[in-house]
Amino acid sequence: MASTISTSGTDTYVGTARSRVDGPAKVTGQAKYAGEFSAPDLAHGYVVSSGIARGRITAIDTAAAEAVPGVIKVLTHENRPRTAWLDYNYQDMVAPPGSPFRPLYDDKIHYSGQPVALVVAEDFGTARYAASLVKVAYEAEMPTTDVAAQRDLAYVPPKKRGGIKPPPEPWGDAAGAYDAAPVKMSRDYRLAVEHHNPMEPHASTVVWDGGGKITVYDKIQGVVNSHSYIAAVFGMKKEDVRVLNPYLGGGFGSGLRPQYQLFLAVLAARDLERSVRVVLTRDQMFTFGYRPDVLQTVSFGADATGGLQSIRHDAISGTSNFEDYQEVVVNWSGILYDCANVALTYKLAQLDTYTPSDMRAPGAVTGVMALEIAMDELAYETGQDPIALRLKNYSESDRTEGKPFSSKSLRACYAEGAERFGWSTRNPEPRSMRDGRELVGWGMATGIWESMMMQSSAKATLTQDGKLEIGNSTGDIGTGTYTILTQIAADALGLRMEDVTTKLGDTNLAEAPLAGGSWTAASSGTAVMRACRDLASQVFALARGLDDSPLANVDLDRAIFKDGHILVAGDETRAIALADVLKATGTEKLEATGSAGPDAGHMKAFAPYTHSAVFVEVKIDEDLGVVRVTRVVSAIAAGKILNPKTARSQILGGVVMGIGSALEEESMLDHTIGRFMNHNFGEYHVPVNADIHDIDVIFVEEEDKANPMGVKGLGEIGIVGTAAAVANAVFHATGKRIRDLPITIDKILG
Amino acid sequence: MNRFDYIRAETVDEAIRAIGSGTNARFIAGGTNLVDLMKYNVERPGLLVDITRLPLDRIEDRDGTLSIGALVTNATVAYDPQVSARYPLLASAILAGASGQLRNAATTGGNLNQRTRCYYFYDEATPCNKRQPGSGCPAIGGVNRIHAILGASDSCIATHPSDMCVGLAALDATVRVTGPNGERTIPFGEFHRLPGDNPERDTNLRAGEIVLSVDLPDEDFGPHHTYLKLRDRLSYAFALVSVAAVMTLDGDTIETARFALGGVAHKPWRNPEAEAYLAGKPATQETFAAAADIVVREAKPQSENAFKIELARRAIVRGLSQAAAGTPQSQSDKRIA
Repeated sequence: MASTISTSGTDTYVGTARSRVDGPAKVTGQAKYAGEFSAPDLAHGYVVSSGIARGRITAIDTAAAEAVPGVIKVLTHENRPRTAWLDYNYQDMVAPPGSPFRPLYDDKIHYSGQPVALVVAEDFGTARYAASLVKVAYEAEMPTTDVAAQRDLAYVPPKKRGGIKPPPEPWGDAAGAYDAAPVKMSRDYRLAVEHHNPMEPHASTVVWDGGGKITVYDKIQGVVNSHSYIAAVFGMKKEDVRVLNPYLGGGFGSGLRPQYQLFLAVLAARDLERSVRVVLTRDQMFTFGYRPDVLQTVSFGADATGGLQSIRHDAISGTSNFEDYQEVVVNWSGILYDCANVALTYKLAQLDTYTPSDMRAPGAVTGVMALEIAMDELAYETGQDPIALRLKNYSESDRTEGKPFSSKSLRACYAEGAERFGWSTRNPEPRSMRDGRELVGWGMATGIWESMMMQSSAKATLTQDGKLEIGNSTGDIGTGTYTILTQIAADALGLRMEDVTTKLGDTNLAEAPLAGGSWTAASSGTAVMRACRDLASQVFALARGLDDSPLANVDLDRAIFKDGHILVAGDETRAIALADVLKATGTEKLEATGSAGPDAGHMKAFAPYTHSAVFVEVKIDEDLGVVRVTRVVSAIAAGKILNPKTARSQILGGVVMGIGSALEEESMLDHTIGRFMNHNFGEYHVPVNADIHDIDVIFVEEEDKANPMGVKGLGEIGIVGTAAAVANAVFHATGKRIRDLPITIDKILG
Repeated sequence: MNRFDYIRAETVDEAIRAIGSGTNARFIAGGTNLVDLMKYNVERPGLLVDITRLPLDRIEDRDGTLSIGALVTNATVAYDPQVSARYPLLASAILAGASGQLRNAATTGGNLNQRTRCYYFYDEATPCNKRQPGSGCPAIGGVNRIHAILGASDSCIATHPSDMCVGLAALDATVRVTGPNGERTIPFGEFHRLPGDNPERDTNLRAGEIVLSVDLPDEDFGPHHTYLKLRDRLSYAFALVSVAAVMTLDGDTIETARFALGGVAHKPWRNPEAEAYLAGKPATQETFAAAADIVVREAKPQSENAFKIELARRAIVRGLSQAAAGTPQSQSDKRIA
């Protein structure tokens, strides 16, 4: 399989640091987000949320709200228009098995914060005011929201979630080997519930086009998902629905599934036959998916020097009472290290909350946190250096699937990361390093994420002015997709990046998947490259057919696409401009589509993963429990790096989010009333500038064959392992092993 | 947010008349807290009286007393040369709180009158005795790691959120107010209330009264002061525990010391016994620990916040150490001095 990116041009842009092509639009406010699109006669919806977590609505009084001048309608379960009957209509592309939540469906309350009414008014202020006048009476039941209390009811999900690998069958005899091992260690780990809080709240603007047609601007990581959801739920023809989302103010997984504001906005627009916008408040961002609370136990049996003889990793994850959410939590323990006896289990426990959702490196953030703190504990139990211990147990193949890795440059991550960090000067003794009053701790951990590729297509159009337009329906969720696709296309046809326009996030464009799972660079990148290659051969054929063509008798493999021209290799005086080819042949435009998908042979033969080694320095005022992360080095092996600048930004963001996981982020549940209580930015803490210091990102050399681009994806790997590295650094600083994250002041003091 | 009437007062008298004329009338200046409360339907004022044009926006030296007008913004106070020179503790306390944007809008009077950040108080889906007297306090036995350990009652365990007020308490400020019955001054320690059976009342302001200024006595502590704030992240979070301290020393002996705690009670917390204990003692860790023990002796934990008692004890010791050493805590360098 081809492993280079350019056609026969040079890699002018790919592999080089480039600023975001969408940067100027974003910083000047030209980039519009879902809640910023408007329409003549736009009505505004405001959501009324349930105050109880379980029970039923006994009465809902909307009279006072409806009496407010400017209120158009109050939609509730009592007066909503009919929508689809069967569950499968509500199951979006990434829905877990179960019965998806249906807003305003009936009087039943499934979770606190559930939407119970939508007030639609002529302006936002009126809708918000009228919403405060809606009186809802409930018959409340005692909710169940504590996963620990449900431990005994945990079950293996009977139906697997598409795309999520269940734990592998155990191999060897993990229990027997544990009993026989000279070193035994079994510990419990927990990471607090985290809620998505991208800057942009969820919003949908539904424009009523007349004749039953709508144009929808939705906060979604892939318009195809909203498109098929709307068609199925509302019984609409797909051609009557166009969904756009050119920009996303942060996705992180929160925008994978269509959220309830989309349902409500479409419902209202169809009912009223006018345009409607629904924007969720920051507090309402705490009323849908979240990173679940998972009870984990990691048990290691090892020889005296840390050679792993038994690995067990057991997890019980919270889910909702209507869907079996699943993510990959425990499998990593069978992939990262080589061990002859492994048993991994993953169960669910139902809670009266909304269904958890994918959140940046879902499952891996949780599972690798436990695994990598456990590895640090084993290093101390057996007197090994943490890196040496990991190298001793280094896996050369993925035993969970019995395949070699497509590439694995984790050794280089350890080596280059350690070198940059200065790991060799670490005194392993806890509490041995100080800076003035502060204890200094150095910790490290490994990160891993699957490198995926999805079926994708792209279209490329070359016009007589020598400009190229490329695009597909996937979303740029802030990762830099616009930029890397522009780089790939520019190189493929030898154009300047300024001559390439990339369009994304529109169901009228070539079909492409949701943006998630770090698969976009591989999937849409390859599709764009192939579309451009097709275009190159078309324009070459036209050029060669011209009278007196400078390319006469030249084959495509001798053609070089450079500076807007086709040149002949070895004789660059023979050249013709792309624009001139189209003009001379009277061709208004040339179009090509490319498609890409996972290669079945490769998928069968190889296990593709990204890896990282994260090194963290903390300084701790032990008396007062204050932890400062003063330095991070993150060494990443992710195949080819298309754009070191946007790539670095992805890792920086992942590391910052990992620091938040380690030290701050925590959605606090009141189990009596079944409600997350700190539902705002004042009390749900994410890192601020003062929390973040030097973050050094290294991309190690790695050649990979898993996909034609040689890329592995970067959206998630930066967060994986970071929390464990912080926790391990805290142990090194203080001698205190904290297995319940986030590590807040009380835990340092405790 | 409900619909409300709005008027703008041009004089203090007009403002007082206006506040008495409307149902559930509220003064509004920076609005940094009130507007949030209105969005959450915690406050549903019938009338907003805009006081931003009142002539209360000066910092004036009145025979040695520094008088800070109620409408002077937090940012202006924090960067005022007189405040920085004479009351650096106050500047430091202000800079420890909120964000640059909020400090630019928030006023001195508004800061005194801001309301607790108890989760339940802000969430109208839950009961709250402060928001709806008699409805109950789910924070007791609920999510309460940020709640009070001192001076709480069976009806309310909320804390006062201000940093500035903790500094003002330690500085022995007085609050000058006026109202339908004329002008009066309130010692800072008597401005805020403990919750008792009436947690809906945060302050001892009487109906219709307005804050005119906060006045600081003419004192000089040189470098012997600090504002030490401990919280769940290194900026932009309310205090779990904070300590404001000032001290005068004769050599290594404490002459006088005053300190107030934030984040632990319904008001900035001072303990006269602990302060009296410090006077005349050597400025040592043992002395500070003994004073801290006096303060936390009466502390009572809630289900999730016992750690705050130990944290308060240690914060007092460190805060007094910083003040004694003349090494006040920086608000930009997050390393604790």
